[in-house]
Amino acid sequence: MTQLGTETHPLQVAVIGSGPSGFYAAEALLKSGKSVRVDMLERLPNPYGLVRSGVAPDHPKLKQAIQVYEKIAQTPGFNFIGNVTVGRDITVEDLRRTHHALIFTCGAESDRRLGIPGEDLPGSYTATEFVGWYNGHVDYRDRVFDLSHETAVIIGQGNVAADVARILAKDIDELKDTDIATHALDALAKSRIRNIYIVGRRGPVQAKFTSKELKEFGHLNNCVPFIDPKELALNPESETELADINNPGSQKNLELFQQFTETSASGKQRRCIFTFLKSPVEIRGSGKVESIVLENNRLSGAAFKQSARGAGTSLEIPAGIIFRSIGYKGRPLPGLPFDADRGIFPNTLGRITDQNDNPIPQLYTAGWIKRGPSGIIGTNRACGVETADSLLNDIDLLATNDRKPGAEGIYPILNAKKVRHIDFKAWKKIDQHEIELGKTKGKPREKMTSIAEMLKVLG
Amino acid sequence: MATVVTENCNGCRFTDCVAVCPVECFHFDDNMVYIDPDVCIDCSACIPECPVQAIYEEDDLPEELKTWVAINAERAPTLPVCGEPMEPLPTAEDRKAALGF
Ligand SMILES: Cc1cc2nc3c(=O)[nH]c(=O)nc-3n(C[C@H](O)[C@H](O)[C@H](O)COP(=O)(O)OP(=O)(O)OC[C@H]3O[C@@H](n4cnc5c(N)ncnc54)[C@H](O)[C@@H]3O)c2cc1C
Ligand SMILES: NC(=O)c1ccc[n+]([C@@H]2O[C@H](COP(=O)([O-])OP(=O)(O)OC[C@H]3O[C@@H](n4cnc5c(N)ncnc54)[C@H](OP(=O)(O)O)[C@@H]3O)[C@@H](O)[C@H]2O)c1
Ligand code: SF4
Ligand code: SF4
Repeated sequence: MTQLGTETHPLQVAVIGSGPSGFYAAEALLKSGKSVRVDMLERLPNPYGLVRSGVAPDHPKLKQAIQVYEKIAQTPGFNFIGNVTVGRDITVEDLRRTHHALIFTCGAESDRRLGIPGEDLPGSYTATEFVGWYNGHVDYRDRVFDLSHETAVIIGQGNVAADVARILAKDIDELKDTDIATHALDALAKSRIRNIYIVGRRGPVQAKFTSKELKEFGHLNNCVPFIDPKELALNPESETELADINNPGSQKNLELFQQFTETSASGKQRRCIFTFLKSPVEIRGSGKVESIVLENNRLSGAAFKQSARGAGTSLEIPAGIIFRSIGYKGRPLPGLPFDADRGIFPNTLGRITDQNDNPIPQLYTAGWIKRGPSGIIGTNRACGVETADSLLNDIDLLATNDRKPGAEGIYPILNAKKVRHIDFKAWKKIDQHEIELGKTKGKPREKMTSIAEMLKVLG
Repeated sequence: MATVVTENCNGCRFTDCVAVCPVECFHFDDNMVYIDPDVCIDCSACIPECPVQAIYEEDDLPEELKTWVAINAERAPTLPVCGEPMEPLPTAEDRKAALGF
């Protein structure tokens, strides 16, 4: 019987990343009845990952999840260490010495590529950078998006594509009272975009939008959704998918798509055009994006396993700006194995595994970097709990003879490297400052977009 | 707008929904669960998890289930929070089959 997890021998766990999965894993450990100390390391001064910098500014209710994380952060045994990049400011090896176990919840911060000619032309962007920019993420504040063209094309039909399209489609009046970054609001105020194409490589039944997000396109002040009714013709396999009782989401989406074929112009200046069965094959332009070539597809394979195959014909859409929104992708971290295809740390039930699929002692993972970049905020709760359960089941294996100092072992390493780390109280000061800044503009907060500015608030 | 649990849950209580709720707004009695609309953030995470499709966005509720909006709002705050998944009720599998899922 190990004594680890008792008052005299608390289990010391480092959680790397402060998004939903990090908080839910921490919560499960702190509620386990064992004596646990959690040190949550975050590369930014601010916590909350994509809940702060991914979730759209015009969906403020979802950000209330943060209240739950604030409560977790107040739990005895929890400690936040912000502004520390694991892999740079402190190594995985360092943390294996200071803690019994490490849970990597660092999300998927990069993005997938299309792999087509012209992808890197100026004017071809990723949803990741656009989202980070309008949400005031410190990494993206200096990005410039040329919104002076009439036509934008978004590749991909998931909820991120819906977010990007909606932000481009909305009037400034629909955004100015949100926590959208002021630099984005100013740029969007000058936008000349009128046509927003949202391009799916498969058909309307396979679109990944959730109906709630899709529905919003029918209620925008200055934009109408548009679909050519011919595009809603279905092959037999898609009819089968649609009729499946366990697939109510597609039915709801199709009803909405059908409504979108009937919307009239109604004096609104912008259109969101949903188009299906088309894959980008080339982005053209001399020196900058001028058009995109889409190949027509047909579906092949059995119901629920259909994939898009090129049908040999194509069309070219003149466009000045293109966003690919085909999925985020995890990044490797020095000292950890990495599955480059899936962009995850290979794992079984959250235990990080080596090339022979054997768990590596001490190393765990949760969230997007464990499962891949899909799932909503709540998905990460079940995921974090699963990982915490794996870790607690391993407690006998994690017990060591030498004492694990936990946070006390981390600070000397950071101080020696002159890393300015901040605790939760310091973050709350920045938080308060952002809320104050927002008040003058009628916004719930004005996010600070530079680390130096945030640290200045702390004096 | 609210997210509401309806009669299909009665006798099932699989609580798959509870595992993915980011804000712990489910409450339970002996027969089923209810959502507290004052805490729910309408994220829809629970909806696809329910094996008997008991959960709806208020907008999507069929006419005959609309009374459940008030039932959830009234009962949830008086009942204990269901923070973690529980064992399904013994009747759950039979009820699921009877509902055609
Ligand atoms: C654009 C967008 C919109 C979304 N909108 C919604 C929505 O409306 N509703 C919904 O339910 N879900 C939404 N989601 C999904 C939701 O945000 C994710 O499921 C969730 O945030 C994933 O959680 P995570 O903890 O795995 O990663 P993240 O939230 O990405 O958190 C990872 C954290 O790790 C930190 N980190 C990374 N590397 C390091 C390192 N080396 N050292 C220290 N820290 C590090 C990051 O800074 C970040 O804070 C959206 C996602 C995106 C991309
Ligand atoms: N409001 C919300 O609740 C909200 C908001 C934003 C994000 N999220 C969640 O966050 C997660 C990530 O969202 P996401 O939109 O990034 O991912 P996603 O839902 O997986 O959608 C990705 C889209 O890109 C397409 N795609 C992938 N590779 C492609 C290629 N090579 N060429 C053309 N198209 C390609 C996919 O088509 P195929 O289907 O053919 O692969 C799909 O339409 C999802 O779980 C989402 O629900 C939720
Ligand atoms: S998953 Fe469905 S049946 Fe089960 S408790 Fe939740 S609402 Fe009720
Ligand atoms: S919609 Fe989201 S917040 Fe509301 S009950 Fe369902 S999972 Fe919980």
